[in-house]
Amino acid sequence: MNASARPPSGASTLASRIPWWLAALVGFGVLAVAGALADDGYRVIFGAVASGFGVTLTVALVSYAFSLALGLLLGMLRVSTFRPAMEAATFYVELVRGLPMLVILYYVAFVGAPALAGILNSLLAPFIARGVIEPFQGRSFDFATRAVLALTLGYAAFISEIFRAGIESVDKGQIEAAHALGFSGAQTMVRVVLPQAVRNVLPALANEFVAIIKDSALVSVLGVQDITQLGKVYAASTFKFFETYNVVAFLYLCMTVSLSLLVRVLERRLKGEVAR
Amino acid sequence: MSAFVEIRDAVKTFGDPARGGVLALDGVSLDVGRGDVVVIIGPSGSGKSTLLRSVNLLERLDSGSIRIGDDLVTARGADLRRIREDAGMVFQAFNLFAHLTVLENVALAPHLVRHVPKAEARQRAASLLERVGLADKLDRRPRQLSGGQQQRAAIARALAMDPKVMLFDEPTSALDPEMIKEVLDVMTALAEEGMTMLVVSHEMGFARAAADHVVFMDQGRIVEQGSPARVFGEPVEERTRDFLRHIL
Repeated sequence: MNASARPPSGASTLASRIPWWLAALVGFGVLAVAGALADDGYRVIFGAVASGFGVTLTVALVSYAFSLALGLLLGMLRVSTFRPAMEAATFYVELVRGLPMLVILYYVAFVGAPALAGILNSLLAPFIARGVIEPFQGRSFDFATRAVLALTLGYAAFISEIFRAGIESVDKGQIEAAHALGFSGAQTMVRVVLPQAVRNVLPALANEFVAIIKDSALVSVLGVQDITQLGKVYAASTFKFFETYNVVAFLYLCMTVSLSLLVRVLERRLKGEVAR
Repeated sequence: MSAFVEIRDAVKTFGDPARGGVLALDGVSLDVGRGDVVVIIGPSGSGKSTLLRSVNLLERLDSGSIRIGDDLVTARGADLRRIREDAGMVFQAFNLFAHLTVLENVALAPHLVRHVPKAEARQRAASLLERVGLADKLDRRPRQLSGGQQQRAAIARALAMDPKVMLFDEPTSALDPEMIKEVLDVMTALAEEGMTMLVVSHEMGFARAAADHVVFMDQGRIVEQGSPARVFGEPVEERTRDFLRHIL
């Protein structure tokens, strides 16, 4: 397959090919599952915490989907030749990237949500006056929604940088060829630049999903019932910190390690296609 | 000869001339008759590529005018799209769309810009690719083709828009020697069919066989021009003789 990756000696062929870090991770995983099955205590913890799995995954997926859309928009604005759009997008990205995710979360939840309610109320004032819709209040947005909003706003900034790098990685000749054929600016972007840009940054984009899964644990500070929050509550009431956080870590690792492996496969495949 | 492409007093500067900017075109005028093949030669930095790229507005002139047929290319608010449809461009680096198959590369522009139905555009693309000898490569990606094949596909892509004039910017400079001929053959066939062509190239064989007119440029100016036999055989200017000695 790969002639250049020749092992140093014939005897160590198999041993040198095994990714030992992965073997160790899988080994610990199997041990953990086996231990948990044998131990009633672990099974109870697992039952208490695993129901947060869906919340964690939903928060991560929804935030990721929105931040992809917003990030793509911001990324395109950042390479825009229309100066005000470029400046505004850059202002946003640099501002948000300079804040800790936790601060963004608090800010959106306790400053942003009431402000958003106020904005919506003034925008929809005629409808509210006629009683068509209820006026919004800060609490109209539940904490899961605020968490998703915060993660979206934060990750859109990171993801926009990835898209920008992808767009800039596309060969200028491709754009010239499109222009020479009479493509409009928008056609050039959508039909020529973006397909190649996205391909180039697919692994980086996938890595952001792994990152957002991990950062979704921050929503527990708002009391959203994700894996971390359920673990925190359970551990505090039973004092089984060691066992509970073992389970919490195990659940996160199941998601993140498997996704990281998928990214590796994706990277290798893309590289192979380029080389062909 | 009635000029089909008419370039008048073209001036183009890159950067600020007061601070080491480059005067790429220093008042160039050139007429290309309908069906004529004009080959532009000259040392690198002589402005020949800039001149070519100005014809389809990949570069904007500082002053001067360019006309293709009845269209004033350099007019303020000129219909960019129509001008670029009229002038097909072939690049040194091919610039085929890397994410599309060869067939899609050729069929995309007619569909997108001219709104030709997809099936029809693909059919025409296939027949154009057959014409340049790539009938068996329709579903390949550009990177799976040799340089010569890519350049032939790029020529087919430009032809798909039915251009009135074809611009070739050093089409064989990035090719291995054994692939140059296959591209030049396609270009020669095109010239024989009566296509108006403006070619920046140092392929003397092609210029002798296919060109009606050879232009030698240096430092943003046309130094000498005439029939291939005249310019190559009895160059008048010292700079032309000097240049020809180096490349022949």
